[in-house]
Amino acid sequence: MSATAQITTHASFLRRIGLAWVLLGVYTALFLIYTLVPIAVMIAFSFNNSPNGRVSLKWLGFTTRWYHNAFVVQDLTVAMWHSLLVATVAMVVSVTLATPMALALARYRFKAKAVTDVVIFADIAAPAVVVGASLLSLFLTLNLPRGLFTIFIAHIAFDIAFAVVVIRARVSVLDRALDRAAADLGATPWVAFWTVTFPLILPGIIGAGLLAFALSIDDLIITSFVAGQTLTFPLWVYGAVKTGIPPQVFVLSTFIFAGGVLIALLNSGVAHRNQR
Amino acid sequence: MMSDQNKSKSGWRLDDPALLRGLTQARLSRRGFLEAGALGLGAMALPPAAFAASAMPAKLDPKWQAYWDKQKPTKELVFANWPYYIDTDDKTGKHASLEQFTKDTGIDIKYLEVIQDNAAFYAKIAPVLKAGQSIGNDIIVITNGWQLTELMMQDFLTQLWQEKLPNFFKNASPSVINPAYDPGNKYTVTWQSGLTGIAYNPKMTGREITSFDDLWDPKFAGHVGMMSDLTELGSAALLKLGIKPVHSTPDDWAKAAAILEDQKNKGIVRQYYDQGYIKALENGDTWISQAWSGDIFQAHAKGFTDLKFVVPKEGAMLWHDNMMIPKGAANPLSALTWMNYYYTPEMAGLIEDYDNYICPVPSAQDYILKQLKDPDVANSPLVFPTKEMYAKANDFYVFSSYDQNKKWSDTFSPITQA
Amino acid sequence: MPYLLSLPSWLYLAVFFVVPLVAMLSMSLATGNPLVGYAVTWHFVEFAKAVDQYWLQIVRSFWYGGLATFLTLVLTYPVAYWIAFHGGRHKGSILFLILLPFFVSFVIRTLAWQFLLSDQGLILGTLKSWGLLPQSTYLLSTSTAVIGGLVYNSVAYYVLPLYVALEKIDRRVVRAAGDLYASPASAFWRVVLPLSAPGIFAGFLLVFVTNVGDFVNAAVLGGPGTSMIGNIIQYNFFNAQDYPMAATLSSILMFLLIIAIYFYARVFGTESIQDYAA
Repeated sequence: MSATAQITTHASFLRRIGLAWVLLGVYTALFLIYTLVPIAVMIAFSFNNSPNGRVSLKWLGFTTRWYHNAFVVQDLTVAMWHSLLVATVAMVVSVTLATPMALALARYRFKAKAVTDVVIFADIAAPAVVVGASLLSLFLTLNLPRGLFTIFIAHIAFDIAFAVVVIRARVSVLDRALDRAAADLGATPWVAFWTVTFPLILPGIIGAGLLAFALSIDDLIITSFVAGQTLTFPLWVYGAVKTGIPPQVFVLSTFIFAGGVLIALLNSGVAHRNQR
Repeated sequence: MMSDQNKSKSGWRLDDPALLRGLTQARLSRRGFLEAGALGLGAMALPPAAFAASAMPAKLDPKWQAYWDKQKPTKELVFANWPYYIDTDDKTGKHASLEQFTKDTGIDIKYLEVIQDNAAFYAKIAPVLKAGQSIGNDIIVITNGWQLTELMMQDFLTQLWQEKLPNFFKNASPSVINPAYDPGNKYTVTWQSGLTGIAYNPKMTGREITSFDDLWDPKFAGHVGMMSDLTELGSAALLKLGIKPVHSTPDDWAKAAAILEDQKNKGIVRQYYDQGYIKALENGDTWISQAWSGDIFQAHAKGFTDLKFVVPKEGAMLWHDNMMIPKGAANPLSALTWMNYYYTPEMAGLIEDYDNYICPVPSAQDYILKQLKDPDVANSPLVFPTKEMYAKANDFYVFSSYDQNKKWSDTFSPITQA
Repeated sequence: MPYLLSLPSWLYLAVFFVVPLVAMLSMSLATGNPLVGYAVTWHFVEFAKAVDQYWLQIVRSFWYGGLATFLTLVLTYPVAYWIAFHGGRHKGSILFLILLPFFVSFVIRTLAWQFLLSDQGLILGTLKSWGLLPQSTYLLSTSTAVIGGLVYNSVAYYVLPLYVALEKIDRRVVRAAGDLYASPASAFWRVVLPLSAPGIFAGFLLVFVTNVGDFVNAAVLGGPGTSMIGNIIQYNFFNAQDYPMAATLSSILMFLLIIAIYFYARVFGTESIQDYAA
């Protein structure tokens, strides 16, 4: 092909890609709207003037009084705090435990690999009812009082599996040559990990952490078995939804959501230009 | 979410203190509903004397007497209940009744709204009780049904020292004394009772509803809500067939399952709901549905004033949420103190004014009328039922063994499990 | 070395997952009831009976789960792609924003959807008043609503693994494809897609498995004839208190899922096979 033709082909390729990017961008925006629609409903109705301290999904007038009394429902606020605490701890611990295992599974062939795969897989597939009941039996046998500590244990147990799957996906797309290069340059495996591998799998670790956090903060069944008298946010809300949830539920959730948006905006503003 | 079981504890719980202070709007809509609900149910409630209790405390058998003799009075009480089931101040979240109790007796109450579903709660506490450990609660509230029978069969409950409950025997309504599910009130005293009937939106149905036959009306196909709770579902079908559930036999159950299957196959049923049926009614997705009386009340307060509740001519189910003391309770004497304290017109009246379920203390009616000045609640037959209503009220079948419960479940579960 | 790396997780899971689960699942080979107690009787025929009784719900669960997973993949792939390749410094933020709704309780999200999808609600009501839909159309209480619910609750869990795999793909490889006269579509299908296979597989694992075993969506959004195996297990555990049956069905579910995953890995994986099979 002549030089001109080559350049034209290349240019048209880039032009078509340009259009594709715009369309994809629009699609992503629409997708975001789709995921956020129920949140919009929730935020809207947190300003609803519903009577008797219960949410009503029929618009009865605008008010901000629920925001003035946001922390009045003591049990709810405490439950929310518990959920945030459990989710954070579970996220950190499960990711810490999962990363080495993900590395092992993605990079090595070893005899126990198949069994490990099955265990991880079973952890994801096991119905929550069965896992919850089995853990309760275990705690009873071990004479462990049910409360925050047992909730931590249960959440970490299921978060590990999800984290392993996500981190492993990341590790398996890494170029092994980089590790070999590090070794060739005299780095010990420990140093090689922290200076080469870790930064490269960091997106995977963060992704796994976010996933673990989301799973933890929304868990209902397993928590209900192992929580004893302690309440977490989903437990409280699920209990109240049958009789009517107080608008403070929407208010507190709006706070969490707003906090998250703030973090996202800050991250955008401050982030390194990590162009690839 | 959830699988639920027998009860929704949504009462017409207008736990808004503004009511006590005479807020007009909520009152007016509530009055309209209370009166509408009274249609076809006869006159105003009869005076309390007509329901004088006539039972006596029974003696404990020696083993239990020995247990109670060993107990020392304590200054604490852990009370587990369903959400929104006690008087609550909107602004502070405090419970006046509990505070009064603490003032009068010196006992500190920890009130936990941790029960959402009979089956789920039972599944949580059974392993603990089976292992001989305490669940940490002194009083729990369970609806009469299979879980309650199980708790008794498995010996997970503490027998009540009835001599310490004189108020119960003096003030309780006959419908809660010596019930079929707990003969002699050995283990339980009722907290609140409720009715399961039919709710509908006259604007959508186009006519008044009077019978269970209306739930089977093909004109409403795709807009009829039935309950997923098998006890409620089966009982409704039995009532439609003119059979009283408490006297039914497995053959009757098969007949009931057949008409339910027919209802489903004709495409009449929109969905088998747990407590979510009320949302479907509010949204207009269903026009007519099996319903718990309290939910409609609450819907009214939330602005859905079109909905009506009716006791069908074949009858309605009457259920009871009961207080009981689990084994291993740390403060059983305090539990008895509370139970006795509750069964007075003043305390029951105070709490009833918020709960608006069926009050187990008929003399509270007078208190609510005269002292709390709330004629809407006091004169409502849905809170203080008339003799005619009690005549139409039916109890659930009481299972006497695992096999019986299994038979009922196996008969009706194919309907909802499709 | 790999043994050393996996040890912490292995220990944790052995104690807090494997042992209790095996104990629970051994119930599938027991008979009895809560009053009398249970004895392990090795009645393997119970498995056949369970399948015979509930095969419809099992098949339906795989169908709903599979369809929902496929739809989720199709829905989220472009988004993960755009964020990974074009997100620039906003990558993390957008990803976080997608996840954010899932920090709000499932109960609230479902309440909101019930409100939006009710027969005369914001969505259907508007379409009906414009004459675009017949008056008798409804979404709630149908299998469509159930699958819709499954998809909505899965998108976050598919976006993450996809993004994580896509983000690592070297842009130069894609440009090289262009240099070699590949059309953008071809570059995508033959270069990017295969390179993202581990992400697709990871997401499939997370989403398919949780969807097939789901029960909440069918219970709240479904109608007659939409029950999934998760509902049956819930029912047997809480209401019928038939723990052996619940354990049997759970074992069957997990076993079938393993087969499905293995089958997927064989057919669609290339590198994946090496990673995920023995």
